[in-house]
Amino acid sequence: MNPFPKLDEKDTRSGFGAGLLEAGQRDPNVVALCADLTGSLKMDAFAKAFPDRFVQVGVAEANMMGIAAGLTIGGKVPFTGTFANFSTGRVYDQIRQSIAYAGKNVKICASHAGLTLGEDGATHQILEDIGLMRMLPGMSVVVPADFNQTRQATLAIAVHEGPVYLRFGRPKWPVFIPADMPFEIGKAQVLVRGTDVSIFACGHLVWRALQAAEALQAEGVRAEVINVHTIKPLDVAAVLDSVQRTGCAVTCEEHNRHGGLGDAIAQVLACHRPTPQEYVAVDDVFGESGTPDQLLRKYGLDTPDIVAAVQRVLKRK
Amino acid sequence: MSAPNAAPSKASRASTDDLARTCSQVRRDIIRMVHAVQSGHPGGSLGCTEFMVALYFKVLRHDPAHWSMDGAGQDLFFLSNGHISPVWYSVLARSGYFPVKELATFRRLDSRLQGHPTTHEGLPGVRMASGSLGQGLSVAIGAAMAKRLNGDPHLVYSLHGDGELQEGQVWEAAMSAAAHKVDNLIATVDWNGRQIDGDVDQVMPLGDLPAKWRAFGWDVLEMNGNDLVDVLRGLDDARSRTGRGRPVAILMRTEMGQGVDFMTGSHHWHGVAPNDEQAARALAQLPETLGDY
Repeated sequence: MNPFPKLDEKDTRSGFGAGLLEAGQRDPNVVALCADLTGSLKMDAFAKAFPDRFVQVGVAEANMMGIAAGLTIGGKVPFTGTFANFSTGRVYDQIRQSIAYAGKNVKICASHAGLTLGEDGATHQILEDIGLMRMLPGMSVVVPADFNQTRQATLAIAVHEGPVYLRFGRPKWPVFIPADMPFEIGKAQVLVRGTDVSIFACGHLVWRALQAAEALQAEGVRAEVINVHTIKPLDVAAVLDSVQRTGCAVTCEEHNRHGGLGDAIAQVLACHRPTPQEYVAVDDVFGESGTPDQLLRKYGLDTPDIVAAVQRVLKRK
Repeated sequence: MSAPNAAPSKASRASTDDLARTCSQVRRDIIRMVHAVQSGHPGGSLGCTEFMVALYFKVLRHDPAHWSMDGAGQDLFFLSNGHISPVWYSVLARSGYFPVKELATFRRLDSRLQGHPTTHEGLPGVRMASGSLGQGLSVAIGAAMAKRLNGDPHLVYSLHGDGELQEGQVWEAAMSAAAHKVDNLIATVDWNGRQIDGDVDQVMPLGDLPAKWRAFGWDVLEMNGNDLVDVLRGLDDARSRTGRGRPVAILMRTEMGQGVDFMTGSHHWHGVAPNDEQAARALAQLPETLGDY
């Protein structure tokens, strides 16, 4: 049985909005910038509470990244907010030169990531952002699992020195991480202990992984579920500790199979402990319009897909 | 943290003749640095020498001996067109940010003087990486906003190439600086009319540049960037226009390659290093006034 019952249903972006307001209350140096998506990013409460520390830049994401980088020079801790597509691919060179290479303490906060953006379709459903960001030296990549964890992650990155990419999403999603569960950047969380297979998941798919583990239990398969909320720096010790006991791995992410969580874990396994692995990820295609649930089903990221991946990998042990 | 409210640097009492002598030495540094590694960008560096010397030796309220990243209590400068790093490195070294002899490491392995300026190796005086064009105005705006939030009355200066204005981000930034009334910022454009592929008017004309900046809500003035007296007048004028609700732009007419006769008149010397004979001819035109590194 799933030890993490559904507590509520909320969007992770609202967790960001709540965390940002709290971070602003704790530290007067926290500032926020938004590119005409204040409502979508749930940054209204911060903007209202701290109008002098909120910068509306309009539809100009490249400029937003540069201003954020400049603000750090005066000791500010800027949080930028826009959709994941416009937070990464659109401004990659600005992030690369003015933030990552320059070592600036900017928090790049990205909503509407992945397929679960839904009806807006593939122009907005970026599935490459984790890969883009984890390739940048010095960039941390955090992908929290639910509302509570997104709030915690927002507070954690506010006191973390260095550039961070924080990825979250649009739809209402089960809340299952207790609000008081400890969160540490770079520390994966074993949510369910198991002996037969390690399921590594991030973001929205952690909930699906828990569902899959429950379904597998009924078939007599004891799956371990690990919430890899930080993809960089990856918790290598936790990955190796788990596969040492289970002997095989399934990775689950709302991202292209190239460049994301699966590849990060495959690299660790290949270098330290060659282990059979199956990917639950988008198979190198663009998405399309639809509801989040329809899209997860069509692109092979649903609970039955995780179960099937486990069954495949078990045969390779 | 640096001392609050740094006074104008000691050298700010420098006379125009002193500044002219410094310009000659800085130009020698540029030629010698680029010649030594047979790479780098002499043209724009030579053209911006009077501006950079006037800024660092007369105008900036800064304290090179107490460099800090945050620059609290000091004026800040950002070089957006990072390829003219030779002139910046020379004025930084000669105004006391790091040893002059370090200029010999320009573009060499394990140097703090990278081909394009960066914070990565911790070079004093540099607060941002630049080289990929079009990004520096946004950064300068952010730094100016931080000064305002911190109650620091000092100014932020930036320098941009005119070819660089073809990057869209510059105009995003220009629009936002006016919208947010960033009036503690003076952005200067090196208006030399040349870029790598040829004349700016041929590659991608900028149209009526003063009108463009005005239309974006800036207070605009012009100056002759190769005339020290006019540069000092222009920078003084620009400072007097800060604090009035609008960002200030200086459109600075310069000649690419200024100071070396055969390097002027075309775009050729944008990013080409002189050979031994050319370097000797150039140095013969530039008296050694402060001692070569």
